Amino acid sequence: MRCIICFSPVLPSVDWTTFLTLQKPVKVCLQCSDKLSGIEEPGCPQCGRADGAEVCYDCERWERSEYAGVLTKNVAVFSYNEFAKELVARWKYRGDFTLIEAFTEAAQKKYKNHFHSMEADLAAIPLSKERLWERGFNQSEALITQLGASPLSFFKRKGSEKQSKKGRMERIGGENPFELIGKPERPVILVDDIYTTGMTVRHLGRLLCEAGCPEVYSFTLFR
Amino acid sequence: MLHLFNVKSPHSHPQLSPIPSNSPYKQLSGRLLTRNEIPLDENELQQLIQHEYVYKLPSITSNRCGRCGADESHLFGHFPHCVCGCSCCYCRNCVMMGRVTECESLYIFSSCTAFKKHEAPCNWEGNLTIGQQNAAERIISSIKRKEELLVWAVCGAGKTEMLFPGITYALRQGLRICIATPRTDVVRELLPRLQSAFADVDIQGLYGDSEEKLGSAQLLIATTHQLYRYTHAFDVVIIDEIDAFPFHNDKSLKWAASRAAKKASAQIYLTATPRKEEKKRIRKKQLSAVFIPSRFHGHPLPVPKLKLTPTLRSRLSKGALPSSILSHISNQRKGKRQLLLFASTIQSAENIASLLSLHYSVKSVHAEDPERADKINSFRNLEIDILVTTTILERGVTFPSVDVFVIDAGHQVFDEAALVQISGRAGRSPDDPDGRVIFFHIGKTEAMLEAQAAIEKMNLKAKKQ
Repeated sequence: MRCIICFSPVLPSVDWTTFLTLQKPVKVCLQCSDKLSGIEEPGCPQCGRADGAEVCYDCERWERSEYAGVLTKNVAVFSYNEFAKELVARWKYRGDFTLIEAFTEAAQKKYKNHFHSMEADLAAIPLSKERLWERGFNQSEALITQLGASPLSFFKRKGSEKQSKKGRMERIGGENPFELIGKPERPVILVDDIYTTGMTVRHLGRLLCEAGCPEVYSFTLFR
Repeated sequence: MLHLFNVKSPHSHPQLSPIPSNSPYKQLSGRLLTRNEIPLDENELQQLIQHEYVYKLPSITSNRCGRCGADESHLFGHFPHCVCGCSCCYCRNCVMMGRVTECESLYIFSSCTAFKKHEAPCNWEGNLTIGQQNAAERIISSIKRKEELLVWAVCGAGKTEMLFPGITYALRQGLRICIATPRTDVVRELLPRLQSAFADVDIQGLYGDSEEKLGSAQLLIATTHQLYRYTHAFDVVIIDEIDAFPFHNDKSLKWAASRAAKKASAQIYLTATPRKEEKKRIRKKQLSAVFIPSRFHGHPLPVPKLKLTPTLRSRLSKGALPSSILSHISNQRKGKRQLLLFASTIQSAENIASLLSLHYSVKSVHAEDPERADKINSFRNLEIDILVTTTILERGVTFPSVDVFVIDAGHQVFDEAALVQISGRAGRSPDDPDGRVIFFHIGKTEAMLEAQAAIEKMNLKAKKQ
């Protein structure tokens, strides 16, 4: 086996347990998995950020704004550290799709812990047509597929602007770039790669709430 | 051809018509690009294909990437491609340069463009040493005969200047030249030096984040990875530090380098520390080589001293240093030179720096350090006395007056080449051509002894010259 991230050979350890039972293949080498930092709970109960156990300042601000109550909570798998930034750039912008396998196991586990018994629809974040053609795949749909579900399209994008090129104020002050095209009847879990300011999921959450969606959650790989 | 690299010859393609030198498409000559890297609309591109200026190449065939030559199965991935609607194969080896995908073609632009013949391109007025002159003549004759040549020059021999006569000759003939180097820092450093030596020549520097993207110049200085985007483009390819990461051990880069050169071309390799396989080929006379055993200032290379410090690793593991090393450091600090300390790991570099910071002005630096460039600059500007580093500073950097200590020289990261390069950091300046080099160890290794022997051998050769 080779490490999905750095291609170095991964030697599985062999003892009686691993010898006698069926083992999942190891996808990531020790050096790389050390650099990926999984978010330990509690953390902020609202947005899933790693530090503290109280609702964080950013979330307090959201709850005082016009977006109060549109998002029940966000669950995130890993901290968005320097290593994660490099990986996201390689996965999403350079298009190294296979890297998603490095995140799958941890994502499935985290997802199960939080949403196991919930009857909900998983919604993908739409990309503009230009962006989709450039990248060749939609990262949020890819993630939903890895979670073993099929993505539902509730939304359409109006413009084509890139969120990641904008500052917090621009992102928060901007007009809602999405439109609702489906009808949400059950709770919805929005799935995306990163929760940065939380604007994207609140734009979508508000559309869902206005259409009568009972509850909106979000699940992201990084926070 | 391709003796040194011993790689499978890159695929050939049908003979293309040369792009005329007055054509606007001349700037794309010799390139191998993905569709979205080509700044032309579909009509223009189709016309170029019809005129046989451009050849359309399948991107991935029989499990080999057409751009980087990767052919191991773990270097390929599949993804649900929304453009073609299929599960598409792509190359993971060169994905950082933009994805090469099975359903999208690669495009080769004909290379046979005539470049300008410069009458007297070089305005550098310095003088070459006898050793440099000898190498320069050999370089010219290998360019004339379109042959391979390995230039084995000690650290501090003045490699750049000895290239000038060869580059001058090539520019007079209207040839196209590429200098490829493993590191971005070196491209940035070389570019202004060449631009001032060859003021009227079109010169570009090309690397991952460079402002220059076109890479159309007659004289190009590029990182080795940029060679993935050229095919049969250059009459002269000069590869700097062939023994260094990433070139050493990367068969894909070697493959790309040999394809970037025209079929009849000169390939010149520069190194201070050739690997065993190269030395063997030189001995067997399969590879011609020229030695420059003396530094440009004519003084011998500092020979490393080996000092046994048996308690070294146990002290290091407790975040401390043996008292003998501490007293060597305190003695060294009484002199005028700065101190460059090499450590085996990032962790140990940081530990040693924090230990020494109680008494000295010291910083540590490693490859992933975001302040790397600043720290190196402040050491160069004499703002700090001691710099503790991992092997990232083993080559390419020049500090005028330093002593060099290696802590735990028996560690596996310090192979012969690394130790020779590290020793080569001392005594670079003609104002202070000496410098003490000490390897602290818990038992001599072959690498240490070989490095010491290699340096002594070069000094002996220099004396005889």
